[in-house]
Amino acid sequence: MDVISDQNWVLSVGTFLPLAGVLVMLLIPKREELLHKQIALITALATLAVGIYTLVQFDYGQAQSLQFYASTEWITVINSGYTIGLDGISLPLYFLSMVITVLVMIYSWDHIPSPGNPKAFLILMLVLQTGMAGTFIAQDLILFFVFFEVVLLPMYFMIGVWGGEQRQYASLKFFLYTMFGSALMLVAFLALFYQTGRESFSIPFLVENGINIDEDVALWIFAGMFIGFAVKVPMFPFHTWLPDAHTQAPTQGSVILAAILLKLGTYGFVRIAIPILPQAAVKWAPVIGVLAVIGIIYGALGCLAQSDMKRLIAFSSVAHMGFVMLGISTLTATGINAALFGMVAHGLITGMLFFCAGSIKERYHTLEIKRLSGMLIQMPKLGWILGFCAMASLGLPGLAGFWGEFPAILSAYNPAPQLDVTLFRTLMVIAALGTVLAAAYLLWLYQRTAFGEPNPEFTGHGHAHAVGAAGNDEHHSDIHDVNIYEWVAWTPLLIAIVVFGVYPQLMFKVMDPAVTQLVGVFNP
Amino acid sequence: MIASLLAAAGDWVAPTLDYHALAPEIILAAGIFAVLSIDLFLEPEQRWITSALSGFVMLGALVTVGTLAVIGDDTRSMFGGRYVSDEYALILKALFLVAGYIVVLMSSDEIERGRYHQGEYYVLLLTSVLGMVMMASSRDLLSIFVALELLSIPAYMLAAWNKRNSRGNEAGVKYYLLGVFASAITLYGMSLLYGVTGTTLLTDLGSAITANGRFSGVEVIAVAFIVVGFAFKISAVPFHQWAPDVYEGAPTPITAFLSVASKAAGFVALVTLTFVAFPNAEDVYQPFMWVLAALSMTIGNLYALRQTNIVRMLAYSSVSQGGFILMPLTVAGVDGVGESALKAVVVYLVVYAATNLGAFAVVIAVARKTRSGEISSYGGLFGYAPALGVLMTIFLASLAGIPPLGGWFAKFGAFKAVLDADTGWGYSIAIIAAINTVISAAYYITVMREIWMKDEPTGDTTPIRTPPSLGAALVITCGATIVLGVLPDIVGRFGDITDLTGALGR
Repeated sequence: MDVISDQNWVLSVGTFLPLAGVLVMLLIPKREELLHKQIALITALATLAVGIYTLVQFDYGQAQSLQFYASTEWITVINSGYTIGLDGISLPLYFLSMVITVLVMIYSWDHIPSPGNPKAFLILMLVLQTGMAGTFIAQDLILFFVFFEVVLLPMYFMIGVWGGEQRQYASLKFFLYTMFGSALMLVAFLALFYQTGRESFSIPFLVENGINIDEDVALWIFAGMFIGFAVKVPMFPFHTWLPDAHTQAPTQGSVILAAILLKLGTYGFVRIAIPILPQAAVKWAPVIGVLAVIGIIYGALGCLAQSDMKRLIAFSSVAHMGFVMLGISTLTATGINAALFGMVAHGLITGMLFFCAGSIKERYHTLEIKRLSGMLIQMPKLGWILGFCAMASLGLPGLAGFWGEFPAILSAYNPAPQLDVTLFRTLMVIAALGTVLAAAYLLWLYQRTAFGEPNPEFTGHGHAHAVGAAGNDEHHSDIHDVNIYEWVAWTPLLIAIVVFGVYPQLMFKVMDPAVTQLVGVFNP
Repeated sequence: MIASLLAAAGDWVAPTLDYHALAPEIILAAGIFAVLSIDLFLEPEQRWITSALSGFVMLGALVTVGTLAVIGDDTRSMFGGRYVSDEYALILKALFLVAGYIVVLMSSDEIERGRYHQGEYYVLLLTSVLGMVMMASSRDLLSIFVALELLSIPAYMLAAWNKRNSRGNEAGVKYYLLGVFASAITLYGMSLLYGVTGTTLLTDLGSAITANGRFSGVEVIAVAFIVVGFAFKISAVPFHQWAPDVYEGAPTPITAFLSVASKAAGFVALVTLTFVAFPNAEDVYQPFMWVLAALSMTIGNLYALRQTNIVRMLAYSSVSQGGFILMPLTVAGVDGVGESALKAVVVYLVVYAATNLGAFAVVIAVARKTRSGEISSYGGLFGYAPALGVLMTIFLASLAGIPPLGGWFAKFGAFKAVLDADTGWGYSIAIIAAINTVISAAYYITVMREIWMKDEPTGDTTPIRTPPSLGAALVITCGATIVLGVLPDIVGRFGDITDLTGALGR
């Protein structure tokens, strides 16, 4: 793998800048809430500015090489280095994490969830940002592991402190699942280190040498990484933490979880597991493919059974990540390109859906689908945005979601030569059925919540609880259409969904050179 | 008889003393007398001076450790190799002195409030630290034993410091009786070893054991007895029963001292013995250590899960952490693994000291308000004392081994050492340890959940005022915990096998 080390400070600044904001905020007392929001937003914007600079300076002609590459000694006793770099695979996700953080900060301006305390909430968000960006630039397994874990505690607290009714249960489940997965992942990393001569944890080094590991051993190592990453994705049957975590997390937490954190798992497959151990990946691909398709169908059926809107979106994530994993399991350029596109598209669309759900919850104080209806009458703009996102999520051509799902299904028709064609074509058919189910649950959701007359419970001139007149008025006055903070936070996402839907090449051409190089080993 | 003794005495030449090498010990000894005598002339309200002076004594000794590290020979051997100041000894002396200093910082407010015997308290503390500092340099069974007693006997008294409290008395008596019993076993083992080999010098023992190619039964018993004696000191299961009761009954700063410094001293002795005196006895000590390590981490964890008192929880947690520190020693005798095993133990001791002292400092600070040791009394801490809440979270997360806090690298090193060995013993202990890492996360996270997600049980949310000295202790320990996790190389360069003179027969 070639490396370009021009401007090698860019990534470190982009990753650690949020921590500078954290340090400043730590020194300011908690009651200065406005000041905290300002500092947090400025920090996030400054980080984004570095991100844009990265985007501009990135050499798209050499998207397959690691750019802004830097490598210095870090932990010499275990030959682990501070090795960072960015190529076409990681660039979109790295940048997405910065965008999402800014948008979430804007959204938080007037949406700090109960019990308040913006100082702590925003600090955790900035720490999360460092962890996420760091995971995408790390080119050393130990560094990757550390960043991967940095994300754990802030998210745990975000769910556990600012979450819904069942937050403690959900946060503990999230924590223990992830901890279990990363323990196995670390063991697998150590095994890689030993099997390649104890020389280095650097990913480029391991990509060169991992292929020489005995296949039996490689299968076990891959299994360890598989579980570690699959928990994070999450793949069936390791997904059970996700519906709880998503449902209980505050809106901001759900958005970050859906948009970025889930991608850490899929990214791990594309960046680490498959390129380092291609010989094992070939053997594991059918398993991944089957589990991915089970996830697609299971997630869709789960969606149909949900009575809570947020939980429904959470299950739809399981299904969507199934498409991503199906694309990865084909080990072809088309499939992995589709998977990478699908990650970003899912981040934009599902992030947006969670924003909508959060705003609906704030207005109606419920997300029970049965009780919601007539949103298009009561809040036409929010209703239309929800409709738009539902369409995007079910994979309507012309919107971003399509380019993640369709090529992924297509790629299963022609998997890598080492794989069983019959199996993958069967998977393709089942996955295609999954898209029908996706249309079903999303349209059904939209129909039940947005169409029809508004529920009298929320219209103010209703029935039963007119007794508590004062409370009722207050209740009613909550229901207003999209406000300015929401517009600012959402518009970039809505535009991106359209732009990538109309012109997917924008992202494909960034990723393709790196992906082609990656799958080269499967198509000699 | 007497004539022959006199005749032998005639050959006696005074050993050359390297005063620079002995400077830390000399400063501590002088400090002990200074504190003791100054205390006589102080009015009760001036007694804080003893605390400040003790702190300065520790720091003064620390400075000489620093000069020893940079000036002149790295290795200074005295008394025919019976007392050695090498890099291994220096890093551990520094560890003991810094830990001692932090305990002084943690104590000053606590002990001042109790208003009795402040001077004596610090004298005992300094004496115990002197014993530890000597332990790091001791390379002879006798000097190891003297150091062991010098550090233990003051600790027995300190454990019983709350003398008007029945738990305090229980702590003192229990610790004393069991401690003396363990010392006796150690001493018996040492005497057997001397009887068989005719020497007490560790390097000679190293070559004398299995000199004829196989173990004698007495040698096996001797090695086992010595290990058992120190297993008590490090509260390894099944020799741990004293720990929770003593930790709960002793003043909290002393609990911190026992669980960190005293434990580390036990490990230092074990490591020195393992690497210098028993390099050929790995068939005896390795299975022994394996059992101790596996039991310690598992049983310690299972008990810790059930605790409702924070100090008892930390006590069992420290038993479990002790198992992790022992883990590398289970493979120390495998060819080529000694290097990473020694490093893993030294790194773990340093990181664990910073983290655990910090956790106890928070316990002291919180107890000032809640007057309670119950875990439930931490409810809502993040709401009314965010700084303490975050600090406790950092320390607990480090103990659980979550990056980027120090604990992860310590655990990582321990795992690496046993996997390095590539033996069935190594892999099996690694699996046990991996399972225990996840179990331990459960009880650390219980406390975090109280801090962040529960409400203050009594509704009293007055902020906590942390005295400056305690604050300083918190800053030092927290800084060390984070820095060691982010830049592990700082500590990763310590504990090379070449630092320990005579290790593995070199």
